[in-house]
Amino acid sequence: MSSPTTVEPAADPRASLFRRLPVISHFHKSVGLQRGMLVAGLVLTGAFVLTAIFAPLLAPYGYSQLSDADGSFPAQQAPGGKHLLGTTVGGYDVLSRVIWGTQTAIMVIVVAVLMSIFIGVILGLVSGYIGGWLDRILVVIADAIYAFPSLLVAIVMAIVISGGQSSLLGGIMAAAISITVVFIPQYFRVIRSETIRLKAEPFVESAKVVGASNIRIMSRHIYKNATRTLPLIFTLNASEAILTMAGLGFLGFGIEPSSAAEWGFDLKQALADTTSGIWWTGVFPGLAMVLTVVGLTLMGESINDLNDPRLRGRKKAASGKGGPDSNVAAQAGIQAEVSSS
Amino acid sequence: MTTNIDKRGAGPVLDIDHLKVTFATDAGDVYAVKDVSLEVNPGEVVAIVGESGSGKTVTAKTILGLLPETAISSGAVLINGNNVISVSPAKLRQIRGRDVAMVFQEPSTALNPVFTVGWQIAEGIRAHAHGKGGRVSAKEAKSRAVEALRKVGIPDAEKRVDYYPHQFSGGQKQRVVIAAALALNPGLIVADEPTTALDVTVQAEILQLLRDLRDKYGTSIVLITHNMGVVADLADRVVVMYQGDVVEEATAKVLFAEPKQEYTRKLLAAVPHLGRNSASQGMTARAHQDRKVLVEARGLTIEYPGRLGSPGFKAVDGVSFTLSEGEVFGLVGESGSGKTTIGRAIAGLNRTTGGSLKVLDYEMLNLKERTFKPLRKEIGFVFQDPAASFNPQLTIGDCVAEPLIIHSNPTPAQARKRVGELLESVQLPASYADRFPHELSGGQRQRASLARALILNPKLLIADEPTSALDVSVQAVVLELFKDIQEEFGFAALFISHDLAVVDILSHWVGVLYKGKLVEQGLGTQVMGAPQHDYTRRLIASLPVPDPDEQAKRREANRSLLAG
Repeated sequence: MSSPTTVEPAADPRASLFRRLPVISHFHKSVGLQRGMLVAGLVLTGAFVLTAIFAPLLAPYGYSQLSDADGSFPAQQAPGGKHLLGTTVGGYDVLSRVIWGTQTAIMVIVVAVLMSIFIGVILGLVSGYIGGWLDRILVVIADAIYAFPSLLVAIVMAIVISGGQSSLLGGIMAAAISITVVFIPQYFRVIRSETIRLKAEPFVESAKVVGASNIRIMSRHIYKNATRTLPLIFTLNASEAILTMAGLGFLGFGIEPSSAAEWGFDLKQALADTTSGIWWTGVFPGLAMVLTVVGLTLMGESINDLNDPRLRGRKKAASGKGGPDSNVAAQAGIQAEVSSS
Repeated sequence: MTTNIDKRGAGPVLDIDHLKVTFATDAGDVYAVKDVSLEVNPGEVVAIVGESGSGKTVTAKTILGLLPETAISSGAVLINGNNVISVSPAKLRQIRGRDVAMVFQEPSTALNPVFTVGWQIAEGIRAHAHGKGGRVSAKEAKSRAVEALRKVGIPDAEKRVDYYPHQFSGGQKQRVVIAAALALNPGLIVADEPTTALDVTVQAEILQLLRDLRDKYGTSIVLITHNMGVVADLADRVVVMYQGDVVEEATAKVLFAEPKQEYTRKLLAAVPHLGRNSASQGMTARAHQDRKVLVEARGLTIEYPGRLGSPGFKAVDGVSFTLSEGEVFGLVGESGSGKTTIGRAIAGLNRTTGGSLKVLDYEMLNLKERTFKPLRKEIGFVFQDPAASFNPQLTIGDCVAEPLIIHSNPTPAQARKRVGELLESVQLPASYADRFPHELSGGQRQRASLARALILNPKLLIADEPTSALDVSVQAVVLELFKDIQEEFGFAALFISHDLAVVDILSHWVGVLYKGKLVEQGLGTQVMGAPQHDYTRRLIASLPVPDPDEQAKRREANRSLLAG
């Protein structure tokens, strides 16, 4: 069966690079409802990203613009006319604020998630691989941070970092760092447990036996294998980052309206409007938030399902036409199929 | 097709007719079972043999309707006149347990650890009580569980019915699984590799039990296995499967004596046969004694620390042996005998706790990674599972080159060239260096693993069960290769295996480990031919040989030994 001459079961028929990209390969793997979920998530997320990139072109006004050539904007104007989604009590254009808000949101996501991934992954690798007292201390700290309500930690961090209020960069960094502190334990935990599992794998032992150094084992053998679940946590955490950011803004620890547009701040301002029947100031920033979070979550969840062969839906095998001329590749796949069932 | 309505009549208990099973996978439809027809008569043991991927387990699962959702089956599987493929789920539940039951491969996972074995045996009895109008009282269920346990030879069944699975040994657990299968007295038992997870001495007991069941209760057995020795020991009729098709079907005697198909012949020829093809054939004294001693163990003890308060576990207890340059030392033992621990200690993966272990004149008792590292390039290690011992993210070339890169810092071109040479010498095309581990078959991966172990031209190679994860025909090829390469390169090797026949093929000198103690060592032919220690005798007697007549004689001759 395995003399060197036989045709090899090419389990990975070298598809084009494009087809093997994370999201695209997931798209091709999916069927039915899972594909629908993935597509919906992709469309929403795509719209979010594109809006952020092209905000200067899309937004009719600046985020802190209160007047144009025709004079000051009216306050609390209903949607229509010059202001498609109306204006706020301060005279800001709601549509422009919502569109510019995507930029702030994406910056916070990128900075927060990147920082927490870097720190979390490094700490997780070292802690899991080296073990001992270092591991114990880091786990205790991570658990302690877990135990706090994440928003509370974020508030404390925001106050510590920027004194509560600040400029665009300061505000984003404050929000991002406070979110980072909350997220590091998550990445730390995931990477640490993966590292501990991988540490006992024969391929790590075989590297040890040939005399590989600890740093080499961590960077070459464990790192790549341990970080395979990260894209998933990334998408799920991105949505949580937006919510935390909005929560900070809502509570007044966010970014000043003059330095950037921020959905949470706008929601807070809209709070007083609701009772007087002014709905547009609150609904649109809220909707933007909901759609972004739903989009990211749908994408993350469906990628999660598609990564797991047990959860992944498949097209039904064609019954009846039991053509036994199956290709060798497929025949090899059956082993995995049978042993996993 | 026989439509046989009368229960337990003269007709077959199981009649599979043109069964086809197709799986939907990412790589498209896979035809796991292409066209299988077979019959099982009352009181008959039919073995389905084949290598991995032959469709034997899928066939077995179809008999109980246990296929996953992604599978589509056609054809007919008739059990007492019911077609398992087309009956309703409710009807299928009635058939399971009452007409057909299953014995699984791994007894420690087939039992639920949080329920007593009695409860688990009675589960089937309770599940089938509703059909007969009423419930089974707890007392009756228990008494029937006790009866089932007694049937499978568990001593003191009244008391042990209330035990939990962890209180039984591996072999006893498998007896409990069989007892659960027997609880409703089904006419047919499907046993999927029932002894593969067990040690060879325990395997002999379970095979004896299955034989008794057939003789006493007339139970038919469908035995799924890859082990030709087990087939020779138990089966009346053999169905050989290959890639989803039945290749050959014959009575056991006929099949082993004169296999008709080429594939069957190849398969049988690949099975290692104890006492044939021994590496120490014709030797009278231990070879290579004039050469340098590479590994020397004196009263080696390795203890795993116990939990708080309880004493540690001595995995290796006062073992002494030597291994000289160019020699192949075979270490045999059952699970838990400490053979792997010794191998790992020599490679510096485990710490020794007592006695002395000198590897290349380095005392392992005070192992310091920094001082031992230079010696590592003299030691190659081949792991048991070739699939797990390669980093899935690196190409075969990167994996094989790793020792070279760590110890000698070559240019990429040099490394590539050396990897190519090594791959060629283990009979793999050099182009395989660009493949990923999952793109190779098991045998090819194990050859690549050998290439990695040999790339620095080590003096010593430790092979820990290198062929036990492979199919028998692949195993034969890898063993042959190992032998050739050892002769070519001339390294010393510690060959660790649970399989006596495999060890005998390769090793000049054989040591038998039992519960951490080296009970016997000697030339392969001596240990296998005239074992001195009781345990070695039992071990050799338990090993089924792939020849029904010879096996029947051995079984008779060794009955007293095995009972003890």
